[in-house]
Amino acid sequence: MYQPVNTQAANLVNYLLHLGDNALILSQRNSEWCGHGPVLEQDIAITNISLDLIGQARSFYQYAASLEGGDATEDSLAYLRGERTYLNCLMNELPNGDWGQTIMRQFFFSVYQQLLYNALLQSRDETVAAIAEKSLKEVTYHVRWSSEWVIRLGDGTDESHARMEKALNMLWSYTGEFFMPAGYETAAVAEGIGADVAALQQRWMEQVAAVLQEATLPVPVAGKTWMQSGGKEGKHSEHLGFLLAEMQYLQRAYPGATW
Amino acid sequence: MSVQELEKIFQGKVDQEIKIEPKDWMPDAYRKTLVRQISQHAHSEIVGMLPEGNWISRAPSLKRKAILLAKVQDEAGHGLYLYSAVETLGTPRNQTIEDLHSGKAKYSSIFNYPTLTWADIGAIGWLVDGAAILNQVMLCRTSYGPYARAMVRICKEESFHQRQGFEILLVLSKGTPEQKAMCQDAINRWWWPSLMMFGPKDGESTHSDQSMTWKIKRKSNDELRQQFVDMIVEQAKILNVTLPDPALQWNAAKGHYDFGEIDWVEFWNVVKGNGPCNKERLEARRKAWDEGAWVRDAAAAFAEKRAARQAQQVA
Repeated sequence: MYQPVNTQAANLVNYLLHLGDNALILSQRNSEWCGHGPVLEQDIAITNISLDLIGQARSFYQYAASLEGGDATEDSLAYLRGERTYLNCLMNELPNGDWGQTIMRQFFFSVYQQLLYNALLQSRDETVAAIAEKSLKEVTYHVRWSSEWVIRLGDGTDESHARMEKALNMLWSYTGEFFMPAGYETAAVAEGIGADVAALQQRWMEQVAAVLQEATLPVPVAGKTWMQSGGKEGKHSEHLGFLLAEMQYLQRAYPGATW
Repeated sequence: MSVQELEKIFQGKVDQEIKIEPKDWMPDAYRKTLVRQISQHAHSEIVGMLPEGNWISRAPSLKRKAILLAKVQDEAGHGLYLYSAVETLGTPRNQTIEDLHSGKAKYSSIFNYPTLTWADIGAIGWLVDGAAILNQVMLCRTSYGPYARAMVRICKEESFHQRQGFEILLVLSKGTPEQKAMCQDAINRWWWPSLMMFGPKDGESTHSDQSMTWKIKRKSNDELRQQFVDMIVEQAKILNVTLPDPALQWNAAKGHYDFGEIDWVEFWNVVKGNGPCNKERLEARRKAWDEGAWVRDAAAAFAEKRAARQAQQVA
């Protein structure tokens, strides 16, 4: 677990890093589509989402860096932490797969993020509440865009239906982690700063089920699938190391340089 | 009305600086020239996303990453405006894109060079976008209305692109010895290809004279190239870098900088498909298009289903 200099702030810093890492890692994945999307308008849309997420990550990291003090900056937090101290959910670091898998992941995550940020509006920490409020406008669009695409592709052609079903089956076991609180989340809830993620699961399931039904896709039965976890605690898939190696390359190769 | 009379009215409008609009009569050759030029421009925007996109995942700070993402996204937007401008001339977007993939349509050769280091992102912004802007500022006054209007929007964004490129290099030029070397190396590699962006010499440019009469173009290749050199030499002083041309020097009599001869053998080879990345770039575009076919098909199928359902509800 990441140990900030100011140990009193450890839980909050970890909580902020978790929120920032979720946004940054998904942004990094989505940005791989830039220039390679299936149609120009959607290339622009996925890049937009990537931009929104990187903006959110920066807000959380800047706040975390200010709490940590010393030399910490948004960039030292993003570029100089290794794979065991990244606290994002596993789903966000998975390779993009095809467009269907990218869309399905964005949909699952955006619905979760919308519920989460809505809850964070009540945070006792004004900065957290303000970041949530600003980000909610963006996330509301991400939910709409990804829901529309899940429906369009689920109810499109036989091929697109089959691809979406495959994406659904592939990603479902990573959705459980959203709702299993890590220690720093439980602590943040106790302090009135964080959101109780377990309490979001029911509404997430209802919203997701409604869209999957409209998309003519099967709705997984809750509690039937073994759920993967560990990302929030820094135990990741094999994919994250490569993602970070690429992302952090310049900062690691030229220590201390300004860009 | 005879074709001669129509042509006279058309040229009269051009001469009086009245914009030609999609529904106006225009000579076939004017239409063809525009389709060729605007689609080539659109493809350049789209293919141009690839060399810069190559560094999005490795951008050295979150701010740089966000700026680069936004910039490459702008290029996609420019491609969209330009494909739409081609559509006003009667050629649908899919056709235009297929012409790129079949090799029938060209795009700017500059994008067939690789981006080897982070400094290349700066050099592209400064030199490549800098060269493109000179051409595009001229095109804001081009005779075809939709093209001119697309250019006005594009120019606003391009000047931001050039500034961000210059700023990347400025930071590197003040950085560590490795960063300074990286900056100079990128400029050495991108300088000559940037000069090539203005095309063949005036005497050897096939389409130039007619395009000037039609006011599609308003400045010759060599005029624009000279303007570029004069502008960049001054900016290079701020960066404290050298430009890789021993013949480069101020000519007081002309009021311009003299510069050396472009390697025209290289120029024509890259145009013909032998540049370092021609095959990769086209392959990347084809792959994106082919792998996206099921998405486009599904979207079309869904739109039909939805329309049918709505029609049923109305009935």
